[in-house]
Amino acid sequence: MTDKFILPRRRFLTGAAAGTGGLLLSGCDAIVQSPVAADMLDQVGGLNRRFQRAVSPREALAKEYRPGERSPLFRTNGNTFPDSAAYLRHMATNFADWSIPVTGLVARPLELSIERIRSLPQRSQITRHDCVEGWSAIGQWQGPQLGPILKMAGLSDKARYIVFRCADNFGDRPYYESIDLVDAFHPQTILAWQMNGERLPIGHGAPVRMRIERQLGYKQAKFVQGIEAVESLDGIYGGKGGYWEDVARYEWYAGI
Amino acid sequence: MDKEAESLPPGTVIKRHRLSTRVWHWVNFVTLIVMFMSGLMIFNAHPRLYWGQYGANPDPAWLEIGQRNGEGYLRIGEASVDTTGVLGVWTNDQGQRQAWAFPGWITIPSGYSLAEGRRWHLAFAWILGFGLLFYMLWSLANRHIARDLHIRKREWRPSHIWRDIRAHAKLRFDTGEPGTYNILQKFSYIGVIFIALPLMVLTGLTMSPQMDAGWGFLLDLFGGRQSARSIHFITCWALVAFFFVHIAMVILAGPLNELRSIITGRYRLPDRGETEERA
Repeated sequence: MTDKFILPRRRFLTGAAAGTGGLLLSGCDAIVQSPVAADMLDQVGGLNRRFQRAVSPREALAKEYRPGERSPLFRTNGNTFPDSAAYLRHMATNFADWSIPVTGLVARPLELSIERIRSLPQRSQITRHDCVEGWSAIGQWQGPQLGPILKMAGLSDKARYIVFRCADNFGDRPYYESIDLVDAFHPQTILAWQMNGERLPIGHGAPVRMRIERQLGYKQAKFVQGIEAVESLDGIYGGKGGYWEDVARYEWYAGI
Repeated sequence: MDKEAESLPPGTVIKRHRLSTRVWHWVNFVTLIVMFMSGLMIFNAHPRLYWGQYGANPDPAWLEIGQRNGEGYLRIGEASVDTTGVLGVWTNDQGQRQAWAFPGWITIPSGYSLAEGRRWHLAFAWILGFGLLFYMLWSLANRHIARDLHIRKREWRPSHIWRDIRAHAKLRFDTGEPGTYNILQKFSYIGVIFIALPLMVLTGLTMSPQMDAGWGFLLDLFGGRQSARSIHFITCWALVAFFFVHIAMVILAGPLNELRSIITGRYRLPDRGETEERA
């Protein structure tokens, strides 16, 4: 064996050892940040959705709790105070003029006034809110179901997603979320305007927030000011179907 | 006792681990490291644990990792220990102090990202869950469970267990029956395959709101999502403990021979001197 051969090998071994050490120390970031890994991981959200839907009945209800099982204090999260001029004006009038247009792929677009939302047939449910961070809080929510509202608007056969547009924003990016029709027509998917028997507090999304009980907290859009039926999520802000999905790579499917 | 095996002279190379065991072992080696490190990243998003159906910042946590006035602490119940530098507060390689529960050198990714941690964790969860399921079924079919893991009546005798504990204390790990597991080995492998790993999978699923709707029994089984999260965390550290004891045993029992047997399946029977305790 010649020196010429040994030296590169020694260099290679040193390099490999340093590389391995570095890899371990950096938490395997070289692998973590590789495009191949990212492509692979991109498949997992869809896989989770298909599998979880396959092994649970389409209408399976999230557990509903007794009044005594509620959290003594239900913490707030995310945006807790939209400070736009328009929102402040609505706040001043106690949201009396708030209304939610139902638009997009519908035969009869609706303009749901807050009074209408409060007078439609109501569903009340005591459910657990599971944050993606790991904590849970239990509260009671009341409001009309989304399914009948979409039927009332004459949802087109082309529609595949329902998008919720919100009055709050992070910097110049408005919050929004989206769900597919399985969750849109789920009996526990409601436009909640009441929480624990009282008007929805500002911090929890006054005057109306979504409750989509089989998904994590970031799907529970607050300060809802628009509902839109679409065929595709492309072209809506970042195109990933939600604020956190666009900016922080959260999974669109938030059932796990 | 198998007369044929008993008569094999020391130094004989026998076939010890099946291909299915070897493949599953190394797949798990990678999978569990990724799941552990990405799991710690997820924990960092809310480093508090609760018992019951709900639990958030206003509720009492039985375990908490945090920082107060720049000093990191781990609190379990009433007991709190200063963990500055490792837990609660650590310094990254740019010299910046970070207020995370677990430091970046042990998380995936090393920079804070709950979303990426979850993506890695939930991707490898498929490998862990289905790998475990297939290994269990395969081991039932090829009689690995019946032949190697099944605890015989005589092994349940306290005197037998005590003798094995004493043998381990003297660093003698041989069973006297070539290529078989001793009782403490059986306990730990059964504990990992049939208790710890299934617990990880099931408590993991209990944290999924969709699974809780579909499989409501999960919440009843563990007493709530937050209890499941706590059990997930505790079982994780039981597996970490197993990992270190397992490696210590490999080193003490002859690392090259042990490694060869879990890579190629071939295992050299130890010298008589190492097994005379059994004679």
